Amino acid sequence: MGNDVLLKVEKLRRSFGGIVAVDNISFDLPKGEVLGIIGPNGSGKTTLINLITGFIKPDSGKVIYQGKNIVGKMPYQIANMGVVRSFQMVRPLYHLPAFKNLIPSLYAPRVKKLRGGKFGERDDMAIDILDDIGFERDSFVPYKLANALPHGYLKRLDLARCIALRPDLLILDELFSGMSMSEVASTLPIIERFNEQGLTIIMVEHRLRELFRVANRVIVLNFGSKIAEGAPAAVMESDEVKKAYLGTEEDGS
Amino acid sequence: MTEPREGKYRKERIDRGIKARSDTVYIVSSPREIMYVLLPRVLPVIGLLALPLVLGEGYWGRVLFLCCIYALLALSWDFMASVGLISLGQAFFFGIGGYLAGAANLYLGLSPLFSIPIGALGGGAICTLLLAPVVRLRGIYFAMITLTFPLLVSRIIEATKILGGTHGLPGIAFFPNVYTAMYVAVPILIICMFVFRRIMNEDYGTVLQGIRDNDRTVMSSGINIYRYKIETIFISGVTAALAGALGTHYWRFVGLSSFSWDFTIVPLAGAILGGAGTFAGATLGIFILVPLSELLREFAGLRIVFYSLILAVCVIGLPEGIFHYLQRKYSQFERWVAV
Repeated sequence: MGNDVLLKVEKLRRSFGGIVAVDNISFDLPKGEVLGIIGPNGSGKTTLINLITGFIKPDSGKVIYQGKNIVGKMPYQIANMGVVRSFQMVRPLYHLPAFKNLIPSLYAPRVKKLRGGKFGERDDMAIDILDDIGFERDSFVPYKLANALPHGYLKRLDLARCIALRPDLLILDELFSGMSMSEVASTLPIIERFNEQGLTIIMVEHRLRELFRVANRVIVLNFGSKIAEGAPAAVMESDEVKKAYLGTEEDGS
Repeated sequence: MTEPREGKYRKERIDRGIKARSDTVYIVSSPREIMYVLLPRVLPVIGLLALPLVLGEGYWGRVLFLCCIYALLALSWDFMASVGLISLGQAFFFGIGGYLAGAANLYLGLSPLFSIPIGALGGGAICTLLLAPVVRLRGIYFAMITLTFPLLVSRIIEATKILGGTHGLPGIAFFPNVYTAMYVAVPILIICMFVFRRIMNEDYGTVLQGIRDNDRTVMSSGINIYRYKIETIFISGVTAALAGALGTHYWRFVGLSSFSWDFTIVPLAGAILGGAGTFAGATLGIFILVPLSELLREFAGLRIVFYSLILAVCVIGLPEGIFHYLQRKYSQFERWVAV
């Protein structure tokens, strides 16, 4: 695992009215690492992702990706630089067949030049990627309308959409939420495999057991601030983290 | 009737063996199957091309030309709607194209051969420039902006008295003859229909449909959705402005009536009635609505009442649109095959 930093977040801050959703958060992300971001509901995890991927502009702070500050760039520009995010709430292209959901990614400037794009060629690429992620090409699943797919499949379809863009940094916003145990069990090895192939991953997750299996390092957020950082096991021993998750004695009962 | 073939034969859908994976790729192996695929595409084209000869120069010939103009507007509306841009300002595109072609003919002395392309491309460019700043708006907000434009421009022309003011621009050159006019309009309509369909079946079109379904997902797939929306407005604007330019030369006049509500609402109604999203549906809808409205002229004052009733019954009875219904039924045709 190389030591060069892929992403560096410096004192990122964003408030909505009086509420500070993300408060002076800084962290480094070396290439090839899997970073977990956890925290109670409303602690600013998704806002942090929106700030990194350009969907929300920060009040102050920097996001330095491959040595360049990407704050102020549009989401599509950031995606084309290789920072690709999945969505917590599924937002598929409902009126298109599942495999056609990957076409925008394959048509993006980042990937477009890799292949010619003869009629139907991108469809084949899309089906290859979906097959790899567990939509068997000989079943009906990849050809069904996204409308007709169950929730767990839609989450994986979103993962496939991200992978189609050949990211350098993959940001997964609660990929496992709403998935069945067996779906999680079959998706986890896929993510491990992508990481072994050199993909750097940030995972925001509520399912800690699964997250700790793949994460090298974990950041804990509470009320927009970073309250702990370190190896998964060590972080969960911290008093402050226990307090954030379980409450203190006073407001416990 | 008894079923003498029972046991050895069963029923099968005709399209079963020939549709390969998706609805747009066919594998045909017999002349019959080739007919099954080609006829619904070729027959309407032949019919449309023959119509001017059948209808002649009279009243119904003029209705045919009007149909073509409205159908171009409906195609233009449908194309924007396929990308999620709901427009209530087709009359604006139409009027700009008409005025540009009229002015080019009257002031610069250009023949229709040049003034029509100028009207179409120039009109498309002007509409794109004016709408480009608001492509970030979605749904009803975008529609509201497009709704204001025809009102705005017609008031400006009225107040400043440019381009003839309220009198409009009369005395614009006609096509060489009536048949030329019809044989310009009909092929343009057919070409537009097939080109639009082709665009939507390409990967480019898939991206456009993706923007309609969920623009944020498409944006996070690395697509500059604003560029795509602007390109859509240009394509759609050129088509509608072309309809305006054709109309101007046909009527030898362009005036504030070009910005009227009719040119927004009839194409929209046609596209919805025929089935939005399939360009053939929009054309079919117009070729039902416009002649129908002419036939109802006998009822004089009650014309609009009957027209509205028929429209309401159709939309309630076939909410998917006539074309979608026909398409579904056509694919359900069955034949007997040996087991």
